[in-house]
Amino acid sequence: MREVAVVGVAMIKFGRYPEKTVPELAGQAALLALKDAGMDMKDIELLASGNLYQSNAMVGQRILQTIGQTGIPVINVANACATGSTAFREAYFAVASGAYDTAIAIGSEQMGKMGLLGAGGGGGSDPAYSTEGVLGSGLMPAVFGMAGVEHMRKYGTTAEQFAKVSVKNHKHSMHNPYSQYQTEVGLEDVMNARVVSWPNTLYMCCPTGDGAAAAVLCSMEKARQYTTKPIRVGASVLTSDPWTQRDLTMPDINTLTRNASREAYETAGLGPEDIDLIELHDCFATAELLHYENLGICGEGEAGRMIDEGATYVGGKIPVNASGGLLSKGHPLGATGVANVCEVVWHLRGEAGNRQVEGAKVGLAHVIGLGSACTIQILEKV
Amino acid sequence: MPEATAPAPGKKPIVPFLALPSDPGEKPYLTGSRCTNCGASYLGTRMACSKCFSTEAMEPVKLSDRGELHVFSIVHQSAPGVPTPYVAAIVDLPEGVSVRCNIAGVGADPKDLKFGMPVQMVTEAIRKDRDGNDVIAFSFKPV
Ligand SMILES: [Zn+2]
Repeated sequence: MREVAVVGVAMIKFGRYPEKTVPELAGQAALLALKDAGMDMKDIELLASGNLYQSNAMVGQRILQTIGQTGIPVINVANACATGSTAFREAYFAVASGAYDTAIAIGSEQMGKMGLLGAGGGGGSDPAYSTEGVLGSGLMPAVFGMAGVEHMRKYGTTAEQFAKVSVKNHKHSMHNPYSQYQTEVGLEDVMNARVVSWPNTLYMCCPTGDGAAAAVLCSMEKARQYTTKPIRVGASVLTSDPWTQRDLTMPDINTLTRNASREAYETAGLGPEDIDLIELHDCFATAELLHYENLGICGEGEAGRMIDEGATYVGGKIPVNASGGLLSKGHPLGATGVANVCEVVWHLRGEAGNRQVEGAKVGLAHVIGLGSACTIQILEKV
Repeated sequence: MPEATAPAPGKKPIVPFLALPSDPGEKPYLTGSRCTNCGASYLGTRMACSKCFSTEAMEPVKLSDRGELHVFSIVHQSAPGVPTPYVAAIVDLPEGVSVRCNIAGVGADPKDLKFGMPVQMVTEAIRKDRDGNDVIAFSFKPV
């Protein structure tokens, strides 16, 4: 494997764009990323396109029909919430293998307002056999609620500590112009908001929406032709859920993330203490605390204390979700994993504006898709 | 070893791993399978063991109707048509199998639930299907 650099990134502000098509949203992000890289479509040798809701509709090719049909190989990727980050990884390996010198990863999604509660679950064709609300819940709010409750059971973590994640990420969002919501919320606001699935209240659940993001990758040898600030991909890891005692009944979001982080640190030749900022998958506030431990930035059972101490604020020991996280920035599924690469790249280049993590040299982007898939990208300033 | 007997006429289980014995004296029960190589146990049937990858035939298991509450969430907002609030939970059975279920007979309040509390399975007809069968579902309630 050879070294690969990210040489261009872009995203559009996440939100609601009912008047646009998916290829339009994606094409916009792609053109901005190409411009950022100082390239145009004829410089790109491969496209990996991540989109979940239209995964049977050749989104990648339709993007090229909008921005430039060069006849290059197109890989359409679907991998739940890890769709975009899996596309990034496909682009990474295409270049790392030596088969291609350049590639672009584009993540896109148009969710409208259906989103996370849209699917009923089970039942086949006769709704009388639907199990949702009868045999517990398979919907994400309850799944991540229970994952948080398991942490409460193990370590005595409180609903208030989980709520503090939402306060932090909303505060961070105030400095991110790409964030779907830029609203500060206090701890009382979060705790007193409508409960969606306890302990997660409304402000502790990511919004649904539309969005797109793109990243241009290039072999490190050629990166300097395009940019003075190449960002090295130190590791790009994808795992699925291994067997654990309850996984088939209660999705285990921890073990596959731990496996991914171990592999990512090993590949990059560094450890959690070397990471300057993290964008992690806070689809629900409960998830963020679990991932502090899964990514090794604190010891077992210490995540609650970590948020109490404010260690993961920008300016703290290890800033987490400086972008505002999924809780504020939004979570258009296919776009998410590319957007968090954009965020980390901006910090490593020193281009993150008022939310800049000063002196950031190494960043980590984490995504988990239930079902389950986990990706971790480690990105390094060269 | 017990096997899931055919459901009584007019009643159908909501999931294939809920057995409804035709003998009215016998209570409904959950069925599982145990790997004969490593002992890992599963709800329902499987093609192979996902822990040790053994493809030997699995041993059918009649699961206990008592277990312990592992974790829960109080669901206040759900898909259209699903009544809320309710307690969604994971119950651990002594055979090493976990079950996703509702907890019945308690308030939809975290204070009413204790980790590890003993629970017992109950069944009831919840809906009619398109063919007029009663759809039988299970839940767990505190003992
Ligand atoms: Zn086995």
